[in-house]
Amino acid sequence: MAKKVQRTYQQDIVGDGISSIQKVREPHRERSGKGIKYVLIGVCTLFLSVMLLLPLTVVVTNALRDGWEAYREAVFDEYTIKALQLTLLAAVTAVAVNTIFGLFASYLLSKYYFRGRRILAALIDIPFSISPVIAGLVFILTFGNVGWMGDFLKSHDIKIVFAVPGVILATIFVTFPFVFRELLPVMNTNGNDEEEAAALMGAGGFTIFRRITLPHIRWALLYGVILCAARALGEFGAVSVISGHLRGKTNTLPLHVEILYNEFNTTAAFAVSSILVVLAVLILIARNIVEWKRDR
Amino acid sequence: MYIQMEHIYKTFDGFRASCDVSFGVEKGQLAALLGPSGSGKTTILRMIAGLDMPDSGDIAINGIRVNDIPGSKRGIGFVFQNYALFRYMTVADNIAFGLEVQRKSKKEIKSRVEELLELVSMKELGKRYPHQLSGGQRQRVAFARALAPNPQLLLLDEPFAAIDAKVRRELRTWLKEMINRVGITSIFVTHDQEEAMEVADTIIITNQGRIEQIGTPNEICRHPQTDFVKDFIDIARYEALFENYNC
Repeated sequence: MAKKVQRTYQQDIVGDGISSIQKVREPHRERSGKGIKYVLIGVCTLFLSVMLLLPLTVVVTNALRDGWEAYREAVFDEYTIKALQLTLLAAVTAVAVNTIFGLFASYLLSKYYFRGRRILAALIDIPFSISPVIAGLVFILTFGNVGWMGDFLKSHDIKIVFAVPGVILATIFVTFPFVFRELLPVMNTNGNDEEEAAALMGAGGFTIFRRITLPHIRWALLYGVILCAARALGEFGAVSVISGHLRGKTNTLPLHVEILYNEFNTTAAFAVSSILVVLAVLILIARNIVEWKRDR
Repeated sequence: MYIQMEHIYKTFDGFRASCDVSFGVEKGQLAALLGPSGSGKTTILRMIAGLDMPDSGDIAINGIRVNDIPGSKRGIGFVFQNYALFRYMTVADNIAFGLEVQRKSKKEIKSRVEELLELVSMKELGKRYPHQLSGGQRQRVAFARALAPNPQLLLLDEPFAAIDAKVRRELRTWLKEMINRVGITSIFVTHDQEEAMEVADTIIITNQGRIEQIGTPNEICRHPQTDFVKDFIDIARYEALFENYNC
C-alpha cells in the first residue's frame, strides 16, 4: 500500500500509462513555494475556464436559447434519434471488439516473449498518433469502389464505404489502443507467479484467466472500456470521411451536429451537442467511480 | 532414489544455468540446494517442477522419467519464493484451489481444507485474505496450499527469504517438524548455509551451474571436497553443531 502513496503524478503518466491522480505527499517547502502553488492553481483554473467551462456554458445556453420547446424538437427529431442510435451502435461494437482485442494483445505481450514484441506494441499505438482523417481515407482506399478490395466487395454486394459497416470500422480503428494500453501495465506488474502456481496445481488456461488474472485486471479493464467508449462516442474525423453524411443512414451524432451547424440551424446544433455533453458527463462520473474503487 | 537427475544441461540466452547436474534424493528425505545466487539452484528446482525444461538430460521421479510429463501431473507441491498466494482469494480458498481444479467433491474439499488449517494452526484465519497475514502466516498458508492435493514431493524456493531474521529460525524448526510429520520428500533452495546445515538431511552445493558436493551437513563440514566448498562453508561455525554427533 505504501508503494501506492509514494507514486507521483509524473510516474503515472510516464511510468505505466495509468493517468489518474494518486495521493501525493507534498514535500516540505519554504513559504515562497506556497506562493508558486497558488499561482499555478490560478493559471490552471483560468485556462480551464476559458478553454472548457466557457464553451460548455455556451453549448447549454445556446441549446436553450429558443426555449424548451425548440430544444425538445431538435433532440427528438427523427434524424437526431437515428444518429444517436448509430453512434451508440458504433460505440458498443467498438468497445466489444476492442475489449476482446485488448485482452488478447495485452495478454500476449505481457506473458510471452517473442521477436517483434516491441514492434507489435508500437503498431497498436498507431491510432494514437495518426490523424483520424487519414484513418478514414485508408478505409476508403481499401474498401471503396476504386480501392483494393472494391471489385471483390462489389461482386459480393457488400457495402462498407458510405455505409454503416464503414462507420463502425472507422470507430473501431480510432479506439483500439485504449483497452490494450490500460491493461498492459497491470498485466506486466502482476507477474506470473500466481498464474504459475495455479498451472502447477493443474488449472487450465481459462480457469487461470477467470480466477487469477481477471480479478487483477478488472478495474483497469473497466477503465479502458470507459475511455474507449468516450472516444468512440465523440469520434468525428475518421467517421466523417467514410460515412458520406447520409442523413438518417450513416450520420452519427457528431456529424449531425456539423450538418445542422452548416445549415445555420444553430439552436438545433447546440441542442444535439448537449446530448453528447450529457453522455460525456455520464462517462466522466463512471470513470471517477472506477478510479476511486481501483485506488482503494 | 526417489528423485534422480541425470546429466542435466540448461542454458538461458547463452547463460549456463545447469551443467552436467546429476544427483538423487531418497524418499522421505529433506534435501537442500545450497549455493550463492546465480549458481543455478532455483533452475534445478524449476526443472523438477516442470516449470522449465532441461536442454538435455533426464529427470526421474519414483523411477519414472518425467521430462515429458507436465508439472501439474508430476505429483508436486511447490512453495514459491514470495509464496504467490492468490491475493483475491481467502486463505481457505487458496488451499482449496488445487482440489477444486481436480474436481473433488465439496465435502471432501471442505474437510481437507479444515484438516490443513489445523495442521498449520491457522484454524481461525481461514476467512482472511493474504494481505491481512504476517510473513510467517503466509508461509504457512503456502505450505498448506502446496500440500492440499497430497503431493508426493514438496519443492520450496527460498522458503524463508521473505521473512525477517527474527522469526526465521523459529519457522525453520517449524517447517522441519511439519515435513517430518507429513513424511513427504522435500527439496528446498537456499543461499543461507546456516539454514541448510540446520534443517537438511542432505545438502547439494551448487556453483556456476555445477554441483560441487553432495552429502550430509556433517560430511560436508568434515570433508569438503573442493576449494569452493572449503571457501563457501564457514566450517568453524558449525563444528559446535556436530560435536555431539561424535564422528
